[in-house]
Amino acid sequence: MTRLLDVKDLKAGYGPVQVLHGIDFHVDDGETVVILGANGAGKTTTLRAICGMIDTSGSVNLEGGELVGSDAADVVRLGVAHVPQGRGTFPELTVEDNLDVGAYTRKDNEVAADKEKWFETYPVLYERRTQTAGSLSGGEQQMLAVARALMARPRLLLLDEPSLGLAPIIVSDLFERFANLNDDGTTLLIVEQNARLALGIADRGYVLESGEISAQGPADQLLNDDSIRKAYLGV
Amino acid sequence: MDVQLLLARIFDGLANGSTYAMVALALVIIYKATTLINFAQGEMAMLGAFIAYTAWFNFGIPMWGAVILAVILSAILAALVERVLIRPFDPADHLPLVIITLGLFLGINSLAGLIWRLDPLRFPELFPSGNAIDWGTARLSWYTVFTVATILLSLVGLTLLLNKTKVGLAFRAVSSNLESSQLVGIKVGPTLQFGWALAAGVGTLGACVFAANPVLQLEPSYMLRVLIFASAAAALGGLDSLWGALAGGLAVGFVQSVVVQYIPWVPNQMSLAAAAVVLLAVLLFRPAGFFGTAQVSRV
Repeated sequence: MTRLLDVKDLKAGYGPVQVLHGIDFHVDDGETVVILGANGAGKTTTLRAICGMIDTSGSVNLEGGELVGSDAADVVRLGVAHVPQGRGTFPELTVEDNLDVGAYTRKDNEVAADKEKWFETYPVLYERRTQTAGSLSGGEQQMLAVARALMARPRLLLLDEPSLGLAPIIVSDLFERFANLNDDGTTLLIVEQNARLALGIADRGYVLESGEISAQGPADQLLNDDSIRKAYLGV
Repeated sequence: MDVQLLLARIFDGLANGSTYAMVALALVIIYKATTLINFAQGEMAMLGAFIAYTAWFNFGIPMWGAVILAVILSAILAALVERVLIRPFDPADHLPLVIITLGLFLGINSLAGLIWRLDPLRFPELFPSGNAIDWGTARLSWYTVFTVATILLSLVGLTLLLNKTKVGLAFRAVSSNLESSQLVGIKVGPTLQFGWALAAGVGTLGACVFAANPVLQLEPSYMLRVLIFASAAAALGGLDSLWGALAGGLAVGFVQSVVVQYIPWVPNQMSLAAAAVVLLAVLLFRPAGFFGTAQVSRV
């Protein structure tokens, strides 16, 4: 399996506050990898560091290309799409405009075809294509945010706590869709607090504690690990 | 009630209101991009009108050519201003930016006084003279008709630009969600710069049309009042709505001309205060204006 993303000694933070103290992890092509962690562990910071949104040191290698030092607007051109926490959509824009803006960096002529594809995959988005994204329900917005990110045809999709603020039934539906996306060939890196769901669709996982990786392994092994069960599965 | 008199006041309001709407439109463009009121907008537009005047008077360029040249030059100047004075500052911290626009306001005003002196200049007419409707005291001048046509055309043009082009989509995306805009690959800086250029172009067109008013003369402070009325108009229209700027501009124009006529205890000199009262009332009772997007956020 080829290595898609290779992160080494990643350090990042906000001004004087260092959040990540040098973490290493990787994502192989076609995998679903999940990073688990409590609030404040540095999950969101990890994704923001990969995308060049904050000052970062260390190395983030995407198929041989270095992302550290790149401008956020260029990282998506290199093949990483990011669905940020909570507000991944453009609330004042229509659903269709959201998809169009997702394809902003593309110059090929298959944008319309891709839009059709996502409208077929998520029919509710087609029904609401002329509505503003802000008028959608939380689950629909999350779907739109994912479709919006995939319009860029990324090699790697980053999802920042997709389950946040959504009803459990919506969340399990959403994760099923993520599993389908992965089956169709999209490589996923998900950060989550909802360990059971995330590990359920993941190949491998990492546990992030206070800005350091404290455990890692295949998803089923983590699911059965006693300390992780206690800390994240509440059993 | 004297119908002719009422019509006369409405026609007056139409001409002024369209000018306010033009400058309000420029304010709205910047507000949409940055949620900032550019207090220098009126002075930037004034500078544009002087550039047009100079191109015509000193360089002999045909009047409409001079106006188009001024629109382009002021857009370029505004793009430079954005790059040098605005972009280095944190867009989320409004106070320094507001102070910068106030500084620009004073700077441009003094600069224009230095270059063109303070003597009023006669701006050439851009539109045919005479009246389209001539009914006793109710006269609708061709100037008014063409001023209204100018704002309508500008609005249609801007709406198409923002809704049908890629740069327009980027502009709307940036004004909706700055962070996600970066994540889809939009360069935020150049997009905001485009907004500044666009606003300056619209403002200059408005200032040229205003200066071409046969009853008005061009001098460095002729846009001061307009900016105040335009701010009221923009607030009335909701600050982030293009067509709201038109509705707001016309409403302020009508308030100004009709109130002075029909409310006897409001003297003519107080028409500026009428705009302030409108502004205050809107901020108090409808902070999102009449066409603006009320901020709704999920928590």
